[in-house]
Amino acid sequence: MGLEEMDFETAFAELEATVRKLEAGDLSLEESLTLFERGMALAQVCESLLDQADLRVRQLVATPDGGYQAEPFSESNLGISADAPDA
Amino acid sequence: MPDFVYTVTEITTYIKGLIQEDLLLQDVWVAGEVSNVRRSPAGHYYFTLKDAGATLSCVMWRSLAAYQTTLPENGQAIEARGAFSVYEPRGEYQLTVREVRPAGIGRLYQAFAALKARLTAEGLFAEERKRPLPARPRRLGLVTSPTGAAVRDILRVLRHRYPLVDVILAPTLVQGEEAPAQIVAAIAALNAWHEPIDAIIVARGGGSLEELWAFNDERVARAIAASRIPVISGVGHETDFTIADFAADYRAPTPTGAATAAVPDVRQLRAQIAGWKEELSAWMQGQLAQRRAALKNERRALWRASPAGRIARARQQVDDLARRAVSALQHRLALWRERVAARRAQLSGLSPLAVLERGYALVQRADTGSIVRRAAQVRPGDAIRVRVAEGGFGAVVAADGSTSPSDLSD
Repeated sequence: MGLEEMDFETAFAELEATVRKLEAGDLSLEESLTLFERGMALAQVCESLLDQADLRVRQLVATPDGGYQAEPFSESNLGISADAPDA
Repeated sequence: MPDFVYTVTEITTYIKGLIQEDLLLQDVWVAGEVSNVRRSPAGHYYFTLKDAGATLSCVMWRSLAAYQTTLPENGQAIEARGAFSVYEPRGEYQLTVREVRPAGIGRLYQAFAALKARLTAEGLFAEERKRPLPARPRRLGLVTSPTGAAVRDILRVLRHRYPLVDVILAPTLVQGEEAPAQIVAAIAALNAWHEPIDAIIVARGGGSLEELWAFNDERVARAIAASRIPVISGVGHETDFTIADFAADYRAPTPTGAATAAVPDVRQLRAQIAGWKEELSAWMQGQLAQRRAALKNERRALWRASPAGRIARARQQVDDLARRAVSALQHRLALWRERVAARRAQLSGLSPLAVLERGYALVQRADTGSIVRRAAQVRPGDAIRVRVAEGGFGAVVAADGSTSPSDLSD
């Protein structure tokens, strides 16, 4: 998978696998170099995804046909109820 | 021992011992109506529990009173939990209360215990049913009230710990008659959702036992157990256990705890990634150093195998052979030299010079150097050369040059 379209979990899991593979050894110099470069690029991807991350929250709303659709969840209401007792 | 007489103190101490050793009397719930409530200046509560047939003195120490959500009030029907003790100076026994709750809660607890036992027997809470939580979920479902403190706490924790996660809130009532059915529907909706969801948090902030009751509903427990997606429960406070908690794959003590359990901490992930980067670099450097060393070895081996190496070795062999040839030749020469010397010694015995030593002379013609054996070989006036043992001299043949060989035998 190309690095651009990777999500964090995919990149992180592959990075982990890459480190394990290198540790397992028994690779040619070319393979090693390729894995090393891939690992460093994956680490870069992970770090930049962490930098950019912004929690997305949606709310399920019932539709007339009995299903659900997701709408953005506004947390601003929560600020008002912040001092209200737990419910 | 009918005649044995005890003192009042002795028998009171004996009674006290009986009461303190009785397991039931040391941890018991007693229901009754509160009267004569008196709070001492030190903050302790003294009151009487009574019903139609009896009264019971009760005390609740200040330290425990501070933890109660319900405090005894006159006329209130309560249930008190505590241990019996004897106050010797007055010969009275009393209930030292450590927990008070409104009457009727006991029945809820009984229902709770009965349901828990039934579902446990059925295997709904079995450890082997519990599924592991994903280490780094992409998407979380959230079953809770959209307006409560729980959702606020959960979102705050998620934003702080792992903002990579995508949250889908399935809003629901969390208390009241309608709540269980709504919670069940919310769990079902998340399980049916078209985007993959890695874990579901079912949460509610703290409340009284009645307020948390929806989470002790059998339908809720079954919906949690039946969920295809692992469920994390975070209901009430640390000390609250609900049937939902037992059915969940992971029981967190609070909504905040549930959010914490659901996602990793980005700071740890960053540290992990940084560690891996270092590991990768160190590993690569190690590899290169290793290859460099191997290359050096190969170069040495190559030198050994190369024509240049062979030539150098051949040259050495040639040098060797040459040295050996020279020394063999010198040996041979020395040998010859010795042989020559030996022959010379042999020869010297036969040498004409040795004859001359005996007084003979050798005559040679001065002009040709030929040896004169017969007198006829010279004429008068011919120059000759005479050789004797020690040197020689020149001479001229006289006029009557005839000399017979017999003269010479003289």
